Amino acid sequence: MARSPLRFLVLILAISICHAAGIFHPISDSHRSAALDLFKPVDGSFASLEEAYEALRTFEVLGIEKTAELSKAICKSVLGTLESSSSTPKDLFHALGVNGILKCSSKEETFEGIISSLQAVVRDANSLLDFYYSIGSLRLIKDQTSKTDLHLSDAEGTFRSIKALSQSDGRWRYSSNNPESSTFAAGIALEALSGVVSLASSEIDQFMIGAVKNDIVKLFDSIEKYDDGTFYFDEKLVNMREQQGPLATTSSVVRGLTAFSSVITESLNLPGDKILGIAKFFLGIGIPGDTKNFFDQVDLLACLENNRVSIPLILSLPSTVISLTKKDSLKVKVNTVLGSHAPPLTVTLVRAFSSSARDNSIIENQELKFDPQDAVYFLDDLPASFDVGEYIFVFKMLVQDSEQQTVYATGTLTQVPIYVTGLIKIENAKIAVLDSDLGSVETQKKLDLAGESTVSVSANHLQKLRLSFQMSTPLGNAFKPHQAFLRLRHETKVEHTFVVGSSGKKFEITLDFLGLVEKFFYLSGRYDIQLTVGDAVMENSLLREIGYVELDLPEPPENASRPPPQPVDPYTRYGPKAEITHIFRAPEKRPPEELSLAFLVLTILPLFGFIIGLLRLGVNLKNFPTSAVPATFAVIFHLGIAAVLLLYVLFWLKLDLFTTLKTLCFLGVFLMVVGHRTLSHLASASAKLKSA
Amino acid sequence: MARSTGKDAQALFHSLRSAYAATPTTLKIIDLYVGFAVFTALIQVVYMAIVGSFPFNSFLSGVLSCVGTAVLAVCLRIQVNKDNKEFKDLPPERAFADFVLCNLVLHLVIMNFLG
Repeated sequence: MARSPLRFLVLILAISICHAAGIFHPISDSHRSAALDLFKPVDGSFASLEEAYEALRTFEVLGIEKTAELSKAICKSVLGTLESSSSTPKDLFHALGVNGILKCSSKEETFEGIISSLQAVVRDANSLLDFYYSIGSLRLIKDQTSKTDLHLSDAEGTFRSIKALSQSDGRWRYSSNNPESSTFAAGIALEALSGVVSLASSEIDQFMIGAVKNDIVKLFDSIEKYDDGTFYFDEKLVNMREQQGPLATTSSVVRGLTAFSSVITESLNLPGDKILGIAKFFLGIGIPGDTKNFFDQVDLLACLENNRVSIPLILSLPSTVISLTKKDSLKVKVNTVLGSHAPPLTVTLVRAFSSSARDNSIIENQELKFDPQDAVYFLDDLPASFDVGEYIFVFKMLVQDSEQQTVYATGTLTQVPIYVTGLIKIENAKIAVLDSDLGSVETQKKLDLAGESTVSVSANHLQKLRLSFQMSTPLGNAFKPHQAFLRLRHETKVEHTFVVGSSGKKFEITLDFLGLVEKFFYLSGRYDIQLTVGDAVMENSLLREIGYVELDLPEPPENASRPPPQPVDPYTRYGPKAEITHIFRAPEKRPPEELSLAFLVLTILPLFGFIIGLLRLGVNLKNFPTSAVPATFAVIFHLGIAAVLLLYVLFWLKLDLFTTLKTLCFLGVFLMVVGHRTLSHLASASAKLKSA
Repeated sequence: MARSTGKDAQALFHSLRSAYAATPTTLKIIDLYVGFAVFTALIQVVYMAIVGSFPFNSFLSGVLSCVGTAVLAVCLRIQVNKDNKEFKDLPPERAFADFVLCNLVLHLVIMNFLG
């Protein structure tokens, strides 16, 4: 019983916290274990190099060690792809991506042949994906070797042809003969353009770069938003061949954006709020169950972790429940999206207000102290004016180094719902039996709701039962819990629940039994009284038996309704069932065995009499055919009859009617033929005898 | 009166026995068979009278088997008897074939009913 209120409280807390949106936690160990579960190599390797790249990149970002066997198996297929002359730019791109992580080969001769063919692809390319894969591959080769002569022959021209596919709203087309534009393609295009810039032998025209920057700003105008401050890009097209979801689209855009910002000299000047909103969107989705989405999430967060646009900082709370009795302090953590430490910050609690009274701030502009050991910002003592309840805390972060303020996206204000819990005082608990007419108290007993003691009272239908108590918060304010129920349970498990009403601090319920006799089904006897008082912020929520009342109700009239059948305890459904005793018919009386055996012998006696009689008559077998063929038939005839009789015995013992009849059909036909032969022979013999 | 009746009865039996002695052996065999069947049936009836008719279907099939085969034997005897002008054209072999067939059918039913 003592554990029930606690469980109750935890359940309520859990439910209410789940509903509170707006808290985002950086990537943690649960992501690492999920990554290991999700990216499971099949037979020691992955199905394709693309999947291998996604897995290895995820492992790299999350800092997961990969096994040597796996690396060896993947390297084998990487080298195979790089050396094969039939590899497409897409294959090469993924192979080189894996190679960049695993360092399978850095021999320059491996890349010689690939470079020239890739450069040819870049020259002839006219679709965005061709540009993307070939330029991306060349860029990867540049990163992986020490080659310096790796230039695009006409970087400016390539830049122009990619830029020519862009649309006025910042989105891109996949190719010049495809009129549909896509946000996903914009990300790809930006990544390809950044490759062109880094591969260019000379500076690209600043006007062109300015135009692309303009495109990016326009692209950010089409960003979509949720109410909790998260941002994402989504594809607006409906009838695309390969529809990309918001995760893949946003990931593609951010990848292109960060790549492009890293190759240009000046900054992009994008709103930090939107970058932070994108980071929150990807942290808010939790752990995706699909490898593609998981890779998109981790890769995007890795791009945001260290980029030149702005690095989002995430404010999170280890616990959103503050207990007044334990004197918990308010702790706040600030991390980057992947969970590494943030630069020195000033974290301010701008405002804290009760969620019911939004206008009254309880705290204003309180700066949090920094604990370098745990890397948390904390507020030592909540002001004494904090009472139990639900609050909303508004935080503000500011990077201390003013030069770095543009590097990080901290957002303006972060709202966090906080539960302040404490012990609620329950006083003056009394249970009384009143006279119905006069209202005078007949018996009154004090209750100790915190203890284990129980009370017992007795009443009849002309009396009333009154339960009253007072509840107040630690600060002495009135407290109205979510739940305050009184429950009466009869011996026959019939239950009645009543809501305990309140006025200010005082809680009172009066049960007038005269009006309740019908509801109580005229059931006299002992009723257990159970009191439930519970709330999410109440640490001493209770659910306990406070005693019983002995009720004396009048006899039911004839047409009184019967109490409904009580639901069966679900646990008994799985328990052993009552044993079923079968009733069999009593066996008939049987005679003694000796008598039956004696009569068996008696029934055989006439047979002996028959045989003896035959012998005395001098029966012989002289008429039996003597020549070979008829004799054989005669023997077979008798055997046939014997066989049929044997079949009958078998039918009696074990065979069923159908088998017997089928066999009998064959035997019968056989017997008829044979019998006919035998008997007609006998007949002709006797006819000869007569005529002779 | 009594003596004369006894004598008459004796004479009657005597004439009956001598007349029966002239009956062909084949008919005697059939008579013997009929007697055997009827006696077997009688013993079963006595058993039932002493013990009770509990497996009633078994009792019925036992008795009816005997009675049925006895009746069939009587039919055979009628057909085989040469003095019976009615069946003059019917060869005894044919009559025997009928007897065998009827017995087989009868006992199939009996076995089915035996339980």
